[in-house]
Amino acid sequence: MGSNNVEWRTLIFPDNHSICKVLPKYEVDDHPLKSTAVERIPRRILGSQPSTGRSTPVSTPAALLQPLSDALEGLDPLTQFAIQETDPLTQMAVEVSVTDDSVNTKKSRERKISLDMEPWSSRKNIILAKFTTSEKLSIVTSFLSEGEKVVVKAQSSAVDKVQHRLEQLDYFEEGSQRKLDLSQAEYVGRIEQLNKELVSAWHSEQRVKALKIAIQCAKVLADSDVLRFYPSKFVLITDILDIFGQLVYERLRTKADYYKPGSKVPTALPEGFTPDMVPESVKETCRNWFYKIASIRELVPRLYVEMAILKSYSFLTSSEYSAALMRLTHMIRGIGNPLVAVYARCYLCRVGISITAPGADTHYLVENFYDFLDTYSQLFGRYVTEELKIQKMPFSTYLTLYTPALDFILQAVASGAPESLLAELLERCRTHENNSLLLNTIMAAFKPSYISSRTLQFLDLISQCTKQDFPSHLLLRTLGLCVCVCPPPAEQRRQIVNIVWHSIGNLSNPEDYISCVEVWVQFVVQYFTSREVNVIIGDIVTHLAPDRAYEQYYTQLKTIVDKIVSNIQDFEALLAMDNFLPLLDLFQQETVKVEVCKSILTACNAVQHTSDPVITNALMFLCNVLHDSVNALTVEDERRQISELLCSVIRRVDYGRDFEQQLSFYVEARGSFSNLDTVLAQLVHCVNTLAVNTRQIVRGHHTRKTGSFVRACAAYCFITIPSIESVFTRLELYLLSGQVALFNNCLGQADACFKAAIGLISELTMQPEDKQKNPENFLISYTRNFLSTLLVVPDSPDRGVLNLVRMLLNTLKSLDWDPKNGSLAYLYLDVLNMLSAMAQENYLYHVDKVESNDTLYGSDPKFIHEIDKMSTLVLAELLSQLKQLGPCRKQALIALELMVKIATLADLNISTIFTLALNLWQLCLKHGNTDTKYLVSPVKQLTTLIFIQNKLLLL
Amino acid sequence: MSITLDIHLRKPDKVYHEGENITGTIVINTPTDFKHDGISLSMEGAVNLQISSKNVGIIEAFYNAVKPIQLLNVHCEVSAPGRIPAGKTEIPFDLPLQARPNKTLYETYHGVFINISYGLRCDIKRSFLSKDLQKAQQFFVQYVPRPLEPFRSINFTMNPTSIMAKGTGVPDFLIRGQLDSTYCSVFRPFTGHVILEKCQTPIRSVELQLVRVETCGCAEGYAKDATEIQNIQIGEGDIPHNIAIPIYMVFPRLFTCPTLITPSFKIEFEVNLVVIFENDYLVTENFPIMLTREL
Repeated sequence: MGSNNVEWRTLIFPDNHSICKVLPKYEVDDHPLKSTAVERIPRRILGSQPSTGRSTPVSTPAALLQPLSDALEGLDPLTQFAIQETDPLTQMAVEVSVTDDSVNTKKSRERKISLDMEPWSSRKNIILAKFTTSEKLSIVTSFLSEGEKVVVKAQSSAVDKVQHRLEQLDYFEEGSQRKLDLSQAEYVGRIEQLNKELVSAWHSEQRVKALKIAIQCAKVLADSDVLRFYPSKFVLITDILDIFGQLVYERLRTKADYYKPGSKVPTALPEGFTPDMVPESVKETCRNWFYKIASIRELVPRLYVEMAILKSYSFLTSSEYSAALMRLTHMIRGIGNPLVAVYARCYLCRVGISITAPGADTHYLVENFYDFLDTYSQLFGRYVTEELKIQKMPFSTYLTLYTPALDFILQAVASGAPESLLAELLERCRTHENNSLLLNTIMAAFKPSYISSRTLQFLDLISQCTKQDFPSHLLLRTLGLCVCVCPPPAEQRRQIVNIVWHSIGNLSNPEDYISCVEVWVQFVVQYFTSREVNVIIGDIVTHLAPDRAYEQYYTQLKTIVDKIVSNIQDFEALLAMDNFLPLLDLFQQETVKVEVCKSILTACNAVQHTSDPVITNALMFLCNVLHDSVNALTVEDERRQISELLCSVIRRVDYGRDFEQQLSFYVEARGSFSNLDTVLAQLVHCVNTLAVNTRQIVRGHHTRKTGSFVRACAAYCFITIPSIESVFTRLELYLLSGQVALFNNCLGQADACFKAAIGLISELTMQPEDKQKNPENFLISYTRNFLSTLLVVPDSPDRGVLNLVRMLLNTLKSLDWDPKNGSLAYLYLDVLNMLSAMAQENYLYHVDKVESNDTLYGSDPKFIHEIDKMSTLVLAELLSQLKQLGPCRKQALIALELMVKIATLADLNISTIFTLALNLWQLCLKHGNTDTKYLVSPVKQLTTLIFIQNKLLLL
Repeated sequence: MSITLDIHLRKPDKVYHEGENITGTIVINTPTDFKHDGISLSMEGAVNLQISSKNVGIIEAFYNAVKPIQLLNVHCEVSAPGRIPAGKTEIPFDLPLQARPNKTLYETYHGVFINISYGLRCDIKRSFLSKDLQKAQQFFVQYVPRPLEPFRSINFTMNPTSIMAKGTGVPDFLIRGQLDSTYCSVFRPFTGHVILEKCQTPIRSVELQLVRVETCGCAEGYAKDATEIQNIQIGEGDIPHNIAIPIYMVFPRLFTCPTLITPSFKIEFEVNLVVIFENDYLVTENFPIMLTREL
């Protein structure tokens, strides 16, 4: 290796213009990596043609936030997988649950229910959750003793067996019927216990006991001692009855020794058997079941147990169902308690639906409802009045107990029913007094389209209902739900809203009020202008403001806001409403408020650019709420989401050509959102864009006014950047802002930015803090970018030649590099490149209207000498780095690179340089890993020179 | 393991009509072969009458147990003395169901004072060292169903005057109703409806009571007893007004038979419609019915 103090002499290319010509340039209008949606964005953000901004085709708002998502056409592969097949675990779970339900195959049975009906299983949980009680419940049973006393004796003979069985029966009948007072949880537990008892009794061949348990369960349904709990009780008990019915059915089915045609082995009956396939013995057993049940003394248990095993009629005849269903329908009339009766009807319909084939005779469903209508006056009879007095229950609450059962019945009636049926039912209901319960059920059950076309008629009926009756807000709410799904005829809409709002306004209880508004607001927002929406929002505020009533209804208010936001057509008008912000002020709880603001801002994507100060103000208000919610405890993701929302708002505010105002908006935004790095960075980018746009408008010739404006922009950036936390972002923004300042001819500002950047580099710690950003890697690419910018930065007259480059080099040297990587050496190679370019007569590129060093110095020999001096120093540094690295692969690679640089950039006619190159070449060869293709041209150059030199030596 | 003896009938429901053949098998299961002194099968049917102690004194009731009336008595040797091999032996049989001369086969009936039952009995006689084996098997006799006769429906009304109010506390009420037929087939349910038109006091329960009326004739005259067979509730609680509440009752299989009137005894049925008011006041309406076996 040569001496350390080799003098560098830069090779000046005589025809550097030809180099430029080597790389042909032509204009393109398409980038292969860009998707169409992304392509338009720069134009819009830059706002180059603000006047035509509205008319240009606009990409979807989502693309603004996430251009990548648009690049993927269709679904991403993961989602596609998910759609193709449910994941194996879910599938397994489904299978397991199916096998679990072999006893309780209600699920599969209910699958048969026509699709437009909500299945019972989903209603069940709602009922259980809604109808609860804190009162003591009592249960009379003989099967629930702590320790079952029945000891199953070894049954030696048939006589013993019979005797034992008789004893058992006696025991159940007289033994220990006790009345237990239980809390609700205990009660549910007991019923669960009964359920288990029934199944275990069945499986241990004690079928009589199982039947007795079933009867006792059904008996529980006969009294409505704790009214509020009755619907839940119904759900619990009918579950047991379902299981019982299924057990009976399955037992009969498997017991039947059915010989398949041509087969001699008896098997269980196939699923879809016909009665004539059933052997006589099974029919006999089946008949016995029905005879047994027909002799149950009490009405309610008899009905329930028969309904439970109704499916087993299929063993006897194929036509029995409809007759039996109709008979049971009529027999339920005998139940005096209307609540018990309606739930019995509900169970009958449920069983009926599950056993009859779809499309079969459904007359019994309608008949059930008509029977209910015929006995409707019972609800207001003396018996009910008495009982309500005892249980201290208001009448309106009592009526709501009917809804689950009645809804189910009527939905069963309505599914697939023609519109004429609705008219018929309405006509029938009209004749009854106090018909609001019926109205509510009808509205809930029939197709929304049928209902909404009769909205006015319903409103009329609702207004006729008396007060003490069924709560009218529930009626309005149900009607609202229908109307939202399917709009009423256009010409009636205004009238409807007027009537409805009048009724809603009269509701004094805020809970009732909000539950109606929650539903109706969607209709108003969808079909009316923002003026009406504004009025309604105002109404909400005035209703909820007194006594801080709103505090209880945050969830409802939030749904209201969500509905408004997602359905409104003119978002700007919403923001401009004078009642909208007061509505937001109702959210006094911080977390809820933030949630609401977030959803509004997310929906705000629909807004194009806005310049309206009112809207801007509203948006800023929302943003402020979000921004102020960020604190030290906020999780990273939350912070990111909020930043993203704020950024998109900032991008959205556009004052067109009023750049001054735009800048002042940015100043204001900076003041408000000082906590979020991303937002600040966005602001810097926006201001830079603004500066560039300004320059484009004046086509580079800044007037005094624009000149001072762009300087203000540069100043803005320079001031804003330090408040960003991330060093990397700061570095990048400094460089970018410097470039923009340079572009705008603001040399001083550019200089300041670059200096600040250089100063900042020294602050970088070289140890990688997190895995994602390795500072060394970042710095290498960053320095390269910086160097190529520095090429065109003119020297400041009051400082020495290449002052910035010198500063950068000093900073780089002082950094604490990892010596093993040789990163610094690589950077020095780049510096050599840049210095070489600096020495040329005409630089490879220029910034428009900025005089770079080539024009400033005009290739003055002193300047060239200065560059050579610097290159010499860099070279020396490089060589020392190489030495430090010691002989290794990396050293060889760097040596090779250096050799190439020398061969292409330095004047090889200087013998010291030449020798150095030669030595480096040999060093590389020693390691033996040279890429021959890459080396063709420099080596050729070298060899010719060697040849010439040898010749000279010979001479 | 011991020897088991069983009689299997061909028909699972064990119901036979007069003139039919009763077919089945005698099944003997034995772990070892054994010797026997003959196997015999007998078929018997009889009416057992008992006089209620209510009508005559206890002692008389005890002594005057009327002699059973034998309707059927067939005896046949299945096998002469011999050996039964180890394992399962099945001996088929086929007996014609024919009444004794001058007797008719009544339907099987289990009542309180009158029982009409039929049975098969198989005896295996063995040497004095081991016990004889015996197995009895009941079967049912029914009349051949006849074609259905037209309904004889009746309408009725119940009100305080019609029931001849006794004492005070009779609420003002009016019940109308209809029975579809008083001439009922045991195969078919008892049907009809009641309509509560008005009622001052709430009703607690509306029930149907099925009652058998058994009459036994004997030397000292005859005894007539009415006992409840079953009680079925058709209305529970304060039933709705002005709506037809169905009357529906299935006749229990074992405890009913077609109405039977013979010189020495009678089996008749009645239905009571019982209305119980909230104040425990009870009114009933009695309907004698004629039971038949019709399809």
